[in-house]
Amino acid sequence: MPKIPLNWLAESVDLASGHTAEDVAAALAKVGLEEEGIEGGGVSGPLVVGRVISMTPEVASNGKTINYCRVDVGEHNDPAGPGHKPDNKDEYPESKGIVCGAHNFAEGDFVVCILPGGVLPGPFPIGGRKTYGHWSDGMICSAKELGLGDESGGIVVLASPSGASEVTLPGVVADEDLVPGTDAIPLLGLDEQVLEINVTPDRGYSFSVRGVAREYSHATGQPFSDPAAIEVTGSRVADAFTSPAFAVAIEDKAPVRGTVGCDRFAARVLRGFNPAAASPSWMKRRLEQSGMRSISLAVDVTNYVMLELGQPLHAYDLDKVVEPIVVRRAVKGEPLRTLDDVERKLDPEDLLITDSAGGEGFRPIGLAGVMGGALTEVSASTVDILLEGAHFDPITVARTARRHKLGSEASRRFERGVDTTLAPIAVERALRLMQEFGGGQLDELWTDLDVTVAPLPIAMDAGFPSRIVGVEYTADAVVEALETVGCAVERDGDQLSVTPPTWRPDLELPINLVEEVARLQGYDDLPSVLPVAPPGRGYTHGQRLRRSIARTLAESGLTEVLTYPFMSETRLDEMRVPEGDIRRDSVRLANPLSAEYPLLRTTLMATLVDSVKVNLARGAQDVAVYELGRAYRASRMSEIPQGFSGDAITPDDVLALDAALGEQPRRAAGIMTGNRVRAGWNGHATAWDWTDALAAVERIIGVAGVEVRVVADAVEPWHPGRCATFYLGDDLLGVAGEMHPKVLETLGLPPRTVAFEIVLDPLIEATEGAIYAAEAVSQQVLAKEDFAFVVADDVAAGDLVRAVRDAGGDLVESARVFDVYTGEQVGDGKKSLAVNVVMRAADHTLSADEVLGVREAIIAAAEKEFLAVLR
Amino acid sequence: MTDLSPLDAAGVDAAVADALSAIAAASTLDELKEARLAHTGDKAALSLANRGIKDLEPADKATAGKTMGQARGRVQQAIAQRQEELEAERDARVLVEETVDVTLPVNRALTGARHPLETMQERMCDTFVAMGWEVAEGPEMEAEWFNFDALNFDPDHPAREMQDTFFIDPPESGLLLRTHTSPVQVRAALERRDALVNEGRGIFVVCPGKTFRTDELDATHTPVFHQIEGLAVDKGLTMAHLKGTLDAFARSLFGPDAVTRLRPSFFPFTEPSAEMDLRCFVCGGGDPNCRTCSGTGWIEWGGCGMTHPNVLIAAGIDPEEYTAFAFGMGIERTLMFRHGVKDMRDMVEGDVRFSQQFGMEL
Repeated sequence: MPKIPLNWLAESVDLASGHTAEDVAAALAKVGLEEEGIEGGGVSGPLVVGRVISMTPEVASNGKTINYCRVDVGEHNDPAGPGHKPDNKDEYPESKGIVCGAHNFAEGDFVVCILPGGVLPGPFPIGGRKTYGHWSDGMICSAKELGLGDESGGIVVLASPSGASEVTLPGVVADEDLVPGTDAIPLLGLDEQVLEINVTPDRGYSFSVRGVAREYSHATGQPFSDPAAIEVTGSRVADAFTSPAFAVAIEDKAPVRGTVGCDRFAARVLRGFNPAAASPSWMKRRLEQSGMRSISLAVDVTNYVMLELGQPLHAYDLDKVVEPIVVRRAVKGEPLRTLDDVERKLDPEDLLITDSAGGEGFRPIGLAGVMGGALTEVSASTVDILLEGAHFDPITVARTARRHKLGSEASRRFERGVDTTLAPIAVERALRLMQEFGGGQLDELWTDLDVTVAPLPIAMDAGFPSRIVGVEYTADAVVEALETVGCAVERDGDQLSVTPPTWRPDLELPINLVEEVARLQGYDDLPSVLPVAPPGRGYTHGQRLRRSIARTLAESGLTEVLTYPFMSETRLDEMRVPEGDIRRDSVRLANPLSAEYPLLRTTLMATLVDSVKVNLARGAQDVAVYELGRAYRASRMSEIPQGFSGDAITPDDVLALDAALGEQPRRAAGIMTGNRVRAGWNGHATAWDWTDALAAVERIIGVAGVEVRVVADAVEPWHPGRCATFYLGDDLLGVAGEMHPKVLETLGLPPRTVAFEIVLDPLIEATEGAIYAAEAVSQQVLAKEDFAFVVADDVAAGDLVRAVRDAGGDLVESARVFDVYTGEQVGDGKKSLAVNVVMRAADHTLSADEVLGVREAIIAAAEKEFLAVLR
Repeated sequence: MTDLSPLDAAGVDAAVADALSAIAAASTLDELKEARLAHTGDKAALSLANRGIKDLEPADKATAGKTMGQARGRVQQAIAQRQEELEAERDARVLVEETVDVTLPVNRALTGARHPLETMQERMCDTFVAMGWEVAEGPEMEAEWFNFDALNFDPDHPAREMQDTFFIDPPESGLLLRTHTSPVQVRAALERRDALVNEGRGIFVVCPGKTFRTDELDATHTPVFHQIEGLAVDKGLTMAHLKGTLDAFARSLFGPDAVTRLRPSFFPFTEPSAEMDLRCFVCGGGDPNCRTCSGTGWIEWGGCGMTHPNVLIAAGIDPEEYTAFAFGMGIERTLMFRHGVKDMRDMVEGDVRFSQQFGMEL
């Protein structure tokens, strides 16, 4: 995102008096440009140019080699003589002693020193101190320490007269300023603040000093002077293909989304340029401040003008380009070596700048609006420069930049839309700068292929902004705001015809104009009015049930967690889920975050086990977790029907579309391990066991209030002998029990871990809209009867109880197994089930005969169905 | 010992005095029982004297009867009184003896908890439901059309790129994991548009739920996160109503002094668009070293704006007749700054200690 040096900004807009970068940022935020960061400032002196008189490398006790340096810092020098303790054994010339850990410099180099009393950004106040056995009066600074950038490759070398060191900031400080003791703060622009702003996609023109200056003016009312308002010299040749200046053609045979890839191409030549000429230090400094590196005068100027106006430019070595230049789409697989020295295979959608070496438009010399090619770039021997200023289609540039993962300063600007009138202006500005600092003559004639379309007027009622924003704007205020942002407004009563400026391609609809009016007037004065919604229907049945289910599980001792739904390829194997099981029906991500987790879970347990493992790994022993969430199934997922694209969609379309989405059932699952009740002073521990897993499902079902059937079953990953399935009618609702010992071993979970999982949608659907009819509470006396039935081992208690209930009929209020006994007294292969039956009539006290009748019926039924013998 | 005569008033008085002192001396219920037997039992002097009345001359019977009645009455009364005292003492002592240490740990059963992201979501929804809004939900595996096209995202919008969005395999399926809860806004509007158009019933919904983006997990990012969005469609809705709704929402979560501020921004599905900031509820903007707002006085909370006409058109609603506003915020982010959660990872790793510190409600 663009970094704007404040003093550069001030050339195009008067900064309000005393405005710091923070104030400018606050002003820009009001009109929609958010601050990303502020650099610079934060340094206070003495920060001076120093010249290294001597440097003595010493190996310190920590093994690191440091340099004890004597640095000439001019007026800040200590007088000649012995140094400060403990360096007072030697005689030194006028200088200061500084310890430095960097090694990228040599004696005689000009460096930057912060002296005691100075402050580096942070803030880090600097004082004299003893270090590494020396007295050090400050620091020799790196660029990072000065807040000049993130590279920390060593200290700043301003100049190295001996040539022994690489100069890290070449040319930024002029030779005449390389005097020890000179205040380095203004020399390095450290008193200049740089504001980095975040430009939203609709504000491409703010990717420039020009655009930000305009926005600052909008925010504050300070006068704006357009840096693009310069005179374009020479003679424009519009007939580009036959232009005697430089022939250019646009041949776009495959426009993307109907838009020709290039609608403007301005080209002009500068001859007799001195390629050895250096960029002025102020320009280098601004480039550095803006986050770009200085390369050569010609390249620096193109970058400088781009940063200033927002128009990317490209400088070619005229001798290397063969006329005419043709802008065309690439041929599939066509190669191009870009400036970053990467050989790229092109796509037919890529827009190319080609020249005519080898035939008209044969040789690619640049990826339009993204990056130039290596063949024709300006070099240290370029004397004649051909400068291109063009306008490219944002979508073409965006797609190419993404396709080749090649975001550049140019592509970032073209993607967001560049002012269509800027090309010749930017070319003029750049060539004049090149001429000023590198000499040469501008060709009189210049080519301007221009097929841009002027912005279309937008019709809007002057009252429309008030209607949307809720603030009364007068028609005059609306017109004024729109004119301020650069629109041309024709007014006929309350009907406005608004022509947006060329730098605002985002203004297409009346609603876009509303935003301009609103933001210029400011959001701060927006009234706060609470709208009155019509009486709502409250939560849906499903929402209420899910909330109650979540709560009941938490109240029964389980803790809710939320796991990622991403599942590994092996998890279902680890859970012994057989092939062909519905849980194998998993959805695959096209671009998973990690290749290890390419699938979406088909069962919550698949990801919930990881939460259990996290807790165990962190030292917990008793872990009970649950999750409510969706699983995802690939079946019934199909291709999304096409045919609606931005216009109204019908209810049938939604149904068709939803049918293709695949199932995403809402489920609840829990895993419990360790103790449910901890051992304590008043009792023993009780472990979580299979009954708790079943009880959890019963609680969930209890919330819904439906009747389910419990069946002994063997479903992986559960223990085949300790696994219950729950049915609502014929639909499988859920499974609960103890987990399979092998699965536990594979997953690294403790033995006897128990789990449940249940699908919630059928519970919700089955009870949606159902109104429970209450039964009267009988006030009659109850009768209790206990039975001890001896049955075969494999008789399910649930089945026996059901039979007891059925046999007893309406008089049975409840029937419950209260004891299970196996042992000698009942014999091998048998067990005794003790059942307590409560009987009660609604309207009378039961007679002894009635009770006896029920008792006999129950005994007969148990005997008939289960060969049960009363003990 | 000679038998006491019922006419021997002094003797009777002495016997009563004996009894009373024995009763008073009884320090337990058992001792009292002994005293009672000794002084009111069959063999007791007073009992024997009383029985002797029948052998007296008729003229003396009345006097003796009165004497003995009074004497025995006094003794009985003393016994009853002492009985009551001793029982009260015993009861009090039992209560003292039964004292327990109530500071011992009492609940040995594991205590469960809700996940705070869920309770935060519920709390937020409660606020809106109380204002008459409804809670709409939608699928997490979503059609690209709902997630992007219907929301006025250009086909070339960078958000559609692989680096942000999880796409379902095969990529041409047109399916993805929703990147925001905004598709639910469109779905909710579609479901309710008939009531809007035919009955003039404005649409006021919030859409909470899980959302997905291809961000690696770190202290401030998570690939799976939660949002809540709101949508209001009616005749005459303006940005002022948006501001009023956000202020009411902020007050429900951060107290009666909560203030919001809007800053211009850009989203494809709203125009005008705004970023919404909350006045720092910790320092109120007064502390340059505040950790919650980094000293700026404001906390970035979410995005909002007037729903773009193209989005209303996609939902079959005429933007000439109806206006709409929408807003959205991250639930993780809200939880982080409201409760000082420092690291996103705590919320997603499934460590029960994180949930347990919040309990059942926020």
